[in-house]
Amino acid sequence: MKPLELVQEIVQQALAAGATDAECTIAEGEEFSVSVRVGDIEKLQEAASRSAGLRVLVGQRSGSAYTSDLTPEGISRMVRSAVDNAEVTGEDPFAGLPDAADLGQHTTDLRLFDESIRSLAPAAKIEQARRAEAAFMAYDPRIDKSEGASFDSGISGRYFANSRGFAGGYISSQCSLSAVPVASENGAMERDYWYSSARSPQKLDTPENVGVIAAKRTLRRLGARKVPTQKAAIVFEPRIARQLLSHIGEAVDGDSVYRDSSFLAGKLGERVANESVTIVDDGTIPGLWGTAPFDAEGVPTRRTVIIEKGILKSYLLNTYTARKLGLRTTGNAGRGLSGAAYVQNGNFYLEAGSLTPEEVIRKAGTGLYVTEILGNGVNIVNGDYSCGAQGLWIENGELAYPVSEVTIASTLMEMLNSIDAIGSDLEFLSTMAAPTLMIREMTVSGQ
Amino acid sequence: MALADSYFARKFGVTEHDLEAYLGEALSQGGDYADLYFEYVATSAITLDEGIVKSASQGVTMGVGIRVISGERTGYAYSDDLAPERIKQAARTAACIASGPSQVLKHGLMEGEKRNLYPVLTPPTEIGLKTKVDLVKRADAAARKYDERIFQVTATYHDQVKQILVATSDGVVNHDTQPMARLNVSVLARQGNELPQSGYSGGGGRVAFDFFLNEKTPEYFAAESGRQAIAMLDSVEAPAGEMTVVLGPGWPGVLLHEAVGHGLEADFNRKGVSAFSGRVGQKVASELCTVVDDGTMHSRRGSLNLDDEGAPTQRNVLIENGILRGYLQDKLSTRLTGAAGTGSGRREGYQSIPMPRMTNTFMLAGESDPADIIRSVPKGIYCVNFAGGQVDITNGNFVFSASESYLIEDGKIGRPVRGATLIGNGPEALKYISMVGNDLKLDEGVGICGKEGQSVPVGVGIPTVKIDRMTVGGTA
Repeated sequence: MKPLELVQEIVQQALAAGATDAECTIAEGEEFSVSVRVGDIEKLQEAASRSAGLRVLVGQRSGSAYTSDLTPEGISRMVRSAVDNAEVTGEDPFAGLPDAADLGQHTTDLRLFDESIRSLAPAAKIEQARRAEAAFMAYDPRIDKSEGASFDSGISGRYFANSRGFAGGYISSQCSLSAVPVASENGAMERDYWYSSARSPQKLDTPENVGVIAAKRTLRRLGARKVPTQKAAIVFEPRIARQLLSHIGEAVDGDSVYRDSSFLAGKLGERVANESVTIVDDGTIPGLWGTAPFDAEGVPTRRTVIIEKGILKSYLLNTYTARKLGLRTTGNAGRGLSGAAYVQNGNFYLEAGSLTPEEVIRKAGTGLYVTEILGNGVNIVNGDYSCGAQGLWIENGELAYPVSEVTIASTLMEMLNSIDAIGSDLEFLSTMAAPTLMIREMTVSGQ
Repeated sequence: MALADSYFARKFGVTEHDLEAYLGEALSQGGDYADLYFEYVATSAITLDEGIVKSASQGVTMGVGIRVISGERTGYAYSDDLAPERIKQAARTAACIASGPSQVLKHGLMEGEKRNLYPVLTPPTEIGLKTKVDLVKRADAAARKYDERIFQVTATYHDQVKQILVATSDGVVNHDTQPMARLNVSVLARQGNELPQSGYSGGGGRVAFDFFLNEKTPEYFAAESGRQAIAMLDSVEAPAGEMTVVLGPGWPGVLLHEAVGHGLEADFNRKGVSAFSGRVGQKVASELCTVVDDGTMHSRRGSLNLDDEGAPTQRNVLIENGILRGYLQDKLSTRLTGAAGTGSGRREGYQSIPMPRMTNTFMLAGESDPADIIRSVPKGIYCVNFAGGQVDITNGNFVFSASESYLIEDGKIGRPVRGATLIGNGPEALKYISMVGNDLKLDEGVGICGKEGQSVPVGVGIPTVKIDRMTVGGTA
């Protein structure tokens, strides 16, 4: 049975087994992955998989089950156990499927799947990885070891149906090429990485570019030192600014908000950031990594302004969290296979400013340009932020020398309010995106 | 441990003949070695939030992973369908990595030795759901009763039983039943209009359900979670800069996991990309430090009767009196380097290639009285709980994030401080350990270790230790 028919069939079986409402998800995928090290294949993996998850409601109680056994016996066992599970849960007045008026999906082509994903033969994928590794090995004699280069590609399918008449499915393609050089100097080693990802192999950056960028990133870390403990300006490169943005994403997640476990709970309409800061979530931009025709509850994705010129305008909500807060879903339901929907961002980004990255660094004057964050010392409940960092020291508005083994600390609230410069270099490399950002002051802890 | 007793023989009719046929298919293009990993996992999970049991879930995943090694090359494929034709097809896919004449199995399959580090008479999956629901309800009630400033309680219970069967082309077949259970309680507390503070506690292991009724009860975890959140209500900003750090016993052993454990995994060292590469026999810690990784401990979260390549786990000394003794090996590393196996080949599941991983990693007890350790510090920080860590194995820098710490002033424990990340360098940090307590404690059983996208359960442990110098990432 085709997956789109199977999800609807499972919903019917759940209703027949005593559920008053049901929603079923099937996820399937094919993956190919090859890594090359020192010129030869190191690992090659190829496989396909498919699993189903079911959530049922019996009145206001809910239960779930999932299985990778999609035989008729496996499915009926899943249906039975979901209904059984509902018996032991409590009545939750807010539990339930989305309102009928909220259900729907975009029918325009969101460009999530590119047929040419199938066009590249395994040998050509191996060759791309080999070229990326060769490019970084040849770049500088200090690059004397390799953690390899990889080519990954895959196709995934997602199908969903519920007992209110929604049924939909879509497939998406992705491929990526990554490179991990290791460089040595004076007995100390450093590694870094770079990658390119796209919906089709033709849109990837060349292996040579990926390898050379990875090489440059690794080399600039050599000879790193600690700096004295001090207050200083902090510049996040886009890859790191994106991590900061992901913490903001957690703080506006409806689940944290209704449970009062976010420092941004209860602050709708208030100033929470510098007025140059605008953060948007948009699940409808064609081709991007956070785009989908509908969310994990069958609600169309949309564009939601989260912070507009520093003012908190909206949270990220699914049906449950919206009901808890007396609001309407923003089409941000996500879901594994098991259990109730959680909240998931679409393309969550901080709008670009007008400065080049060099101008942002110049504006910082003295401080730390952060190229790597180590650890996750971030507390969304109270906003405390303390993380390991590595990067380059900024002197007289220029990158001067590499720095490592330091921490940077502040609170997310203070950081949002002291974003003093925003770069124009916004790129959507994952579902979170931010340009180069400068924060006026944080505590750098070192010697 | 007869194959006939294995879950896969009983439920799916897998025979020795089948295993040999699949291995033969895997070596049909040449290749030096092949193995099969059958896995069947049944899980259940219950979540209570805001006083309501909001979700109860059960699930099943199953499949078989097939690996072929040819020199330094690894080919891998898996199937989530256990039909013989599908397994053979996956075996042929994995076989493509090699190019040579087909290999035949040299000897028949021998069954591995039997032991049971986690005898669980009734698997958690056979305990009724209502009984499990009672646990989270008890945790909720106890946490709410702990202090009136606690306003949110989330209690979750998870268990699983994993059945595995490993068959290798060098003639080993072995199987295991691996139970795991865990109860977590997290709370939020608030004083007046201030921002809330959180507390988190949890534990379990490869234990029977009655562990939560007799040994570590829901009330125990609820009180510990409540204690942390209430303590943090009074917290001040954490200090910044280099200072003396005292780690409390137990979970702060995550220091060892990050600072040395990962850097000693053989895959990185074989490639020469770890800060510990080529340092066996050298001094990498103070002579007070002996660090072991032990997969053979009774009922622990990180323990395994056999690793995920079918080899028995062991007690491996990593650092002895400050001297680096060896690395954690998987099959590929031992094949390529000739090192003796350590039973450390682990994987997240049938979709994943095994790698050298830790099991339960801890430092042996020393001789100091913990109270004397605190008394010896004029100014510093005492860290008793952590929220995890990370390491860059190449330059050796590691962090771990303290979630509950206190100032030490004039040899006395003072006010609690806000969360702060500690940073150090692996081969250097342990050289500054100047006192080791006599109070070795293992963690409660909550550790999850991530590496290259694969998560596996682990344990850590440490006695109270004094580190003369480490960078603390506060703001004050």
